[in-house]
Amino acid sequence: MKKFSSLLHNLILTPSRNTKIKLLQDYFKILDINRAYALAILSDQLSFQFIKASKLRELVYEQVDQHLFDYSYDYVGDLAETISLIWPTNKEGKSKNLSTLIENIKKIKKSEINREFSKVLSELSNNERWTLIKICTGGLRIGVSERLVKTALADLYNKSVNEIEEIWHGLEFPYENLFQWLRDEKSKPKIDFKKLFHPMMLANPIDEEKDFKRLNASEFQAEYKWDGIRVQLMVSSKSVSLYSRTGDNISSAFPEIVENTKGDAVIDGELLVGRNFKPSGFNDLQQRLNRKKASKDLQEKFPVFIRAYDILFYKGKDLRKLFLYERRKYLEKFQKENKTNHIDLSLIIKFKTWKELTKYKNNLHDDLNEGVMIKLKNSEYLPGRKKGYWYKWKKNPKLVDAILMYAQRGHGKRSSYYSDFTFGVWKENELVPIGKAYSGYTDKELLILDKFIRNNTTNKFGPVREVKKEIILEVAFDDVFPSTRHKSGVAMRFPRIHRIRWDKPTNEVLSIEEFKKEFKIS
Amino acid sequence: MDFINHQLFIKDINVHIDPIFPKKTAIITHGHADHTRFGHDHVIATRQTIDIMKIRYGDKCAKKFTPLKYGQKYSIKNYDFTLYPAGHILGSAQVLIEKNNHRLVITGDYKVGKDETCKNFKLVKCDTLITEATFGLPIFQHPDPKDEIQKLIQSVKINKHNCHIVGAYALGKAQRVMNLLRQQNYNETIYIHGSLEKLCGYYSKEKINIGKFEKVSSKDKNFYEGKIIIAPPSALKDRWSRRFPNPIICMASGWMTVKQRAKQQGIELPLVISDHSDWNELLDTIKQSKAKNILITHGQEDALVYYCKKQNLVSKPLSIQGRSDEEIE
Repeated sequence: MKKFSSLLHNLILTPSRNTKIKLLQDYFKILDINRAYALAILSDQLSFQFIKASKLRELVYEQVDQHLFDYSYDYVGDLAETISLIWPTNKEGKSKNLSTLIENIKKIKKSEINREFSKVLSELSNNERWTLIKICTGGLRIGVSERLVKTALADLYNKSVNEIEEIWHGLEFPYENLFQWLRDEKSKPKIDFKKLFHPMMLANPIDEEKDFKRLNASEFQAEYKWDGIRVQLMVSSKSVSLYSRTGDNISSAFPEIVENTKGDAVIDGELLVGRNFKPSGFNDLQQRLNRKKASKDLQEKFPVFIRAYDILFYKGKDLRKLFLYERRKYLEKFQKENKTNHIDLSLIIKFKTWKELTKYKNNLHDDLNEGVMIKLKNSEYLPGRKKGYWYKWKKNPKLVDAILMYAQRGHGKRSSYYSDFTFGVWKENELVPIGKAYSGYTDKELLILDKFIRNNTTNKFGPVREVKKEIILEVAFDDVFPSTRHKSGVAMRFPRIHRIRWDKPTNEVLSIEEFKKEFKIS
Repeated sequence: MDFINHQLFIKDINVHIDPIFPKKTAIITHGHADHTRFGHDHVIATRQTIDIMKIRYGDKCAKKFTPLKYGQKYSIKNYDFTLYPAGHILGSAQVLIEKNNHRLVITGDYKVGKDETCKNFKLVKCDTLITEATFGLPIFQHPDPKDEIQKLIQSVKINKHNCHIVGAYALGKAQRVMNLLRQQNYNETIYIHGSLEKLCGYYSKEKINIGKFEKVSSKDKNFYEGKIIIAPPSALKDRWSRRFPNPIICMASGWMTVKQRAKQQGIELPLVISDHSDWNELLDTIKQSKAKNILITHGQEDALVYYCKKQNLVSKPLSIQGRSDEEIE
């Protein structure tokens, strides 16, 4: 555990990609089971069921005064780090190795978790404790992507990273077949590609100025970009399964799809909520997300369907090396042969020039698409975000000017700055908050806002600072919905700070009534 | 204790402690820039603090200087002042003010832990304690500085083709890092940024063991491979640091406890070496001083005020102008 925790410690502090790769390789040179655990952790494939952030808070409150913890957490801005630093300990136990530690934790019974896990934490050093908590809560955020881990492994054993990528989703802990192949002891692992999640092809944002001059419109096709969740549907005579973009099996949450799909194919599409193939917005979709199961009632209220974009396999045939326009024919064939109420096809937009496409992109009548996708007709299905094949062209965001009301210190890399901003609009003579944003600003703007907040705090509520109502933020957002949970009655989707409006006086900011009217919320 | 206000000003006799503007009479706790200013009429401080002020601001930075030994009493009307070691940096002092049987201690910046570069902290019992709270959160529990300096020594051993640039405040921290290296038998010449030269010279003259040092010069780039260079933190981000071969950027500071802070500042090798008390030392000092009235100055005062109130001590934060929360050390 000492070795692995210092690996993470060094990775987080090293800015250089090459040094990171070297650190990873030095670790992966060890030839025991610990590296399999390390690989699982670094690729976010290991998690503990009972130990989540809320449980960790509960445990730390048993150890230290809640207020003192809260003051500290506000300052540090990272749960794992705060707990690891504040946890009272002076008796470091015998150092256990990573695999033993994790297996021991897995064995802890739910009823004994508080006592047993606290004991584990007490026996670790600060850095080991930090590592373990990071592992428990998932998402290490140490500036190391899964891709970088694979690259380090590939380079260490003179293999190509794409080869690892291809078989990655067919591998299982403890990855013996992978390591044996890497060391040339055995041949490349045989993976049943039909059952395997295939990494998705992703798009790059288009650069309106450069790309449209460079690219020939006739070589591309366009489709609407839908605001749902991207899925991969695997259908065979034996089983139907549905995967999220990251390769998680989400079949059980969408039983109506699993039960009603037939055929033999792998389909790439967008999961949406709606009746008769008419999508009803992300707010509705959210009712179906992050659930393990869906009740009949929920299925009835928020029915889902898949809008198919692409096809990867058809009756056992790998289509990924075919071009997009060729694959489309297979997709249409599949859909015709297996008609259901749960799959329709993404419409292909006919256009001759980029200018002509603009009107489809901005399509203001239909709020439910986010813009358009622009795809090279002659594109193979390539995993990852390869440049030059697929582009996304998002609608211009909606904009509103609002007044900065409260600020809080951010988390992670923004942890010392006041970087989480709550903003509002007028309601008679008072302000009412309409949203909270923690991105979009430039580094320079963040410094200015941080300084303003420190010098203009009028009130403190725990970690929250109320500030003088002087700064107007132009907030960009994707959409806004009615909400009963917020005082203002509205909830924004993905609000971010577009710029600071130094030029505008606060009395020109809209009232909540005007805001609702402008964005058609009743 | 009503005789002193939140700016550490005693109106009765027109005396300030660590004022940030030129004043008639100023008692100075130590030589860091956020406690000293050019232009007071009369400065009362330890001999070393006065020497340091003269090095930094010139011999005429005040009209009159009164050096006090630790423990030596100095009276103005019915106020008695005594300086006691604060263990922060060379010459640093706490100020005991006695008036009509009331004892008030202003700790200034202090640390309880051992340090060969200055006289060690002495606990002074009192009725009112004005304590600093730079590291006033329970997450700050400083490790043994010897272990931290070993991290640097080990890294130098392993990374033979890199040079290590250690960010450390020019006064106090830089010399402490040098002294700690010597304690751990690192006997190579230590290279220093030009701005440290005079102060390092002064520490040597005061017989503080900082060993052999030399100002960085425009030598062959490869000369600095395997060497340790000490520079003020501001120089780390500067072009200055780019002239060295494969530098590993280190920083000696209590703030380095928090990984995210180290990362934000681009520090690859954080060394948790602090000249301030950590949380437990702050609590111990408060307890052992027997003071019933605790005022808490710059730093993370909220948590400490909360703690004192829980112990039934009268406590409140004291916001002193001109000291921001996080930049000082």
